[in-house]
Amino acid sequence: MNRVTLLYVGILFTVVLSFAGLTIVPQQQLGSLEPIVNDDGTEYPIEPTGLVAHGRTVYISLGCMYCHSQQVRPPGFGADIERGWGNRRTVARDHIYDRPPLLGTMRTGPDLANIGLRQPSSDWHLLHLYNPEITSPGSIMPPFSFLFDELTLEIERPYDALSFPPEWDPGEDVIIVPTFDARALVAYLKSLNASHTVPEVPQ
Amino acid sequence: MDKDTDTPYGMPEPSTVTWREGVDRSTAVVVMAFVASSVAWLLVGSGFALVASIKLHTPGFLGDWAWLTFGRIRPAHLNTVIYGWGSMAGIGVLLWLTARLCRVTLPFRLPLLVACVLWNVAVAGGTWSILAGHGTSVEWLEFPYHWSFVFAGLFAILMFSALTMFTRRRVSHIYVSQWYLLGSVLWFPFLYAQGNALIHGNLATGVVQASANWWFAHNVLGLWFTPIGLAAVYYLLPKILGRPIHSYYLSILGFWTLALFYNWAGTHHLIGGPIPAWLVTVGTVGSVMMFIPVTTVAINHHMTTKGHFDKLRISPTLRFIVFGAMSYTVVSFQGSLQALRTVNEVSHFTHYTVAHAHLGVYSFFSMVMFGSIYYIGPRLTGREWPSAALIKGHFWLTAVGMAMYWVGLTWGGWFQGLAMNNPDIPFMDTVLMMIPYLWSRTLAGVLMTIGHVVFAVSLWRIFWLRASDVKGPTLFDPSAAVTGGEG
Repeated sequence: MNRVTLLYVGILFTVVLSFAGLTIVPQQQLGSLEPIVNDDGTEYPIEPTGLVAHGRTVYISLGCMYCHSQQVRPPGFGADIERGWGNRRTVARDHIYDRPPLLGTMRTGPDLANIGLRQPSSDWHLLHLYNPEITSPGSIMPPFSFLFDELTLEIERPYDALSFPPEWDPGEDVIIVPTFDARALVAYLKSLNASHTVPEVPQ
Repeated sequence: MDKDTDTPYGMPEPSTVTWREGVDRSTAVVVMAFVASSVAWLLVGSGFALVASIKLHTPGFLGDWAWLTFGRIRPAHLNTVIYGWGSMAGIGVLLWLTARLCRVTLPFRLPLLVACVLWNVAVAGGTWSILAGHGTSVEWLEFPYHWSFVFAGLFAILMFSALTMFTRRRVSHIYVSQWYLLGSVLWFPFLYAQGNALIHGNLATGVVQASANWWFAHNVLGLWFTPIGLAAVYYLLPKILGRPIHSYYLSILGFWTLALFYNWAGTHHLIGGPIPAWLVTVGTVGSVMMFIPVTTVAINHHMTTKGHFDKLRISPTLRFIVFGAMSYTVVSFQGSLQALRTVNEVSHFTHYTVAHAHLGVYSFFSMVMFGSIYYIGPRLTGREWPSAALIKGHFWLTAVGMAMYWVGLTWGGWFQGLAMNNPDIPFMDTVLMMIPYLWSRTLAGVLMTIGHVVFAVSLWRIFWLRASDVKGPTLFDPSAAVTGGEG
């Protein structure tokens, strides 16, 4: 084998080796993971559908994962569990329906792996999205007011109009209602719950 | 100088000047098109960066439009600087270096020119898609799936043209820069195709997509930008200094250990995450093993430059190149350490990582590209850089800006991580404590952006101004120019 051939072969061999090691082998190991079937026939995790599935696309479209992770590190490594971000570490099985998984690499804001459990109130989520300062003073999360419609017509107050705390009240005749995207995003956030027991993490 | 091997150092001889001019002229239009496009994208990417940076300490800034929300501006910044600035500048330098080192004229000039135009269309289209809300939230692969087919085709044209030059080469000796260039044109198209197929094509499932994501994303730097950057340093250092590379054997060791270890390092982005422990371990091992190629390259470059650091006062190219080469050593050592579990426990999920990423892509790769473009520009246009003051301004604005960027976010990010790992500190405190550091980043970004504008003005003048009054190469200190190393 002359030196040029060696160069070609070496270059291709090294990259194919890591390709196999970091993608094909893990796929063999994890590709067959199945959901857990509970005694009552329900499953965990469940594939997102309907409003939740649409909310996930809104989450992706707005790039939420650039500031929020969705993964709980194990006890003794960081303080994720002490902070109340989860009752156990997250595992590969939690993500079998995630295409792509939204694990995130940044915690400009808190982890959201269990946000549905930690903050089950739709009203809180909607106010927080409309203007994070209302619910979380000091927050640097951008306001997502563009996910809401402002109604100024003389109409009866819709059932889903936002109720503001007194100091943030925009006035009697201003009615703020969430758009479909906002409601879907909240439905998705409320669906995030990785507290189900899994065989990978002993109790 | 050995005529058979034409090792690229030393004074040009009359016979070599002729072929060099021919080769340089053959690459001119294509390389200028790629370089000019890359700098345009650098300006666009800097604009996105500034908006994103301001939004982090002043969240209401431009907050009324979904198009400009942080979660879209940030990937728009990343993708314009990676696929617009970095890749296009890299391709320009790669084509020119390959033609010179193979001593052949650039083949397929029209297809390459068309590829350059389509490349711009694809970057613009992909960025538009992200801003319109069709980004994928897969880091470094945010352009929607369909754009990847366009890029794959363009990478194929590039690969074909580089390999054609390599096959037609008129020099039997293969210089170290050529190994790296050959590596980059073979590695990256493979990575890009596989990364897209595994993730956007859903050939991988669940967290394996995350593993594939970081295998790809880490290797954009490791197997695409780094080899092009090192190839440029290995070519330009000896050229400008007029002396050979210190050790051929260190070069070999450095190249093959980089090829072996760098591409395993990516999973260190997932330490503590929901993937099998062995997958994290190989990532950590790969990262730590990077000490070998980095140390060998650092020794090799240092020993080559040793005793000639005074030339930094004279040569614009050398100043950028040496700044970049030193940054490569620092960023790589930092990266190896960051992959250790104890360090990663603190640095993960913080701005420390953001500072590290910029040290690699900007302080190393981008600075080397700036230096290379300063070297190549006069050889493509037959004109000299119009103003040494502009080049000086470019250097100091970007060097000081980058230093400020890195120090602020590294320092702040480390304390952000320590605070995050202390459950007694409320999370909001970790947000508020970062605000001054985020302001320092915006200030650093302003300096770097002004530097880019200065660079663009220089480039505009050398590319488009007809006549030039400048005689001889543009040096920082013309009186000190005794050696003819800029040949």
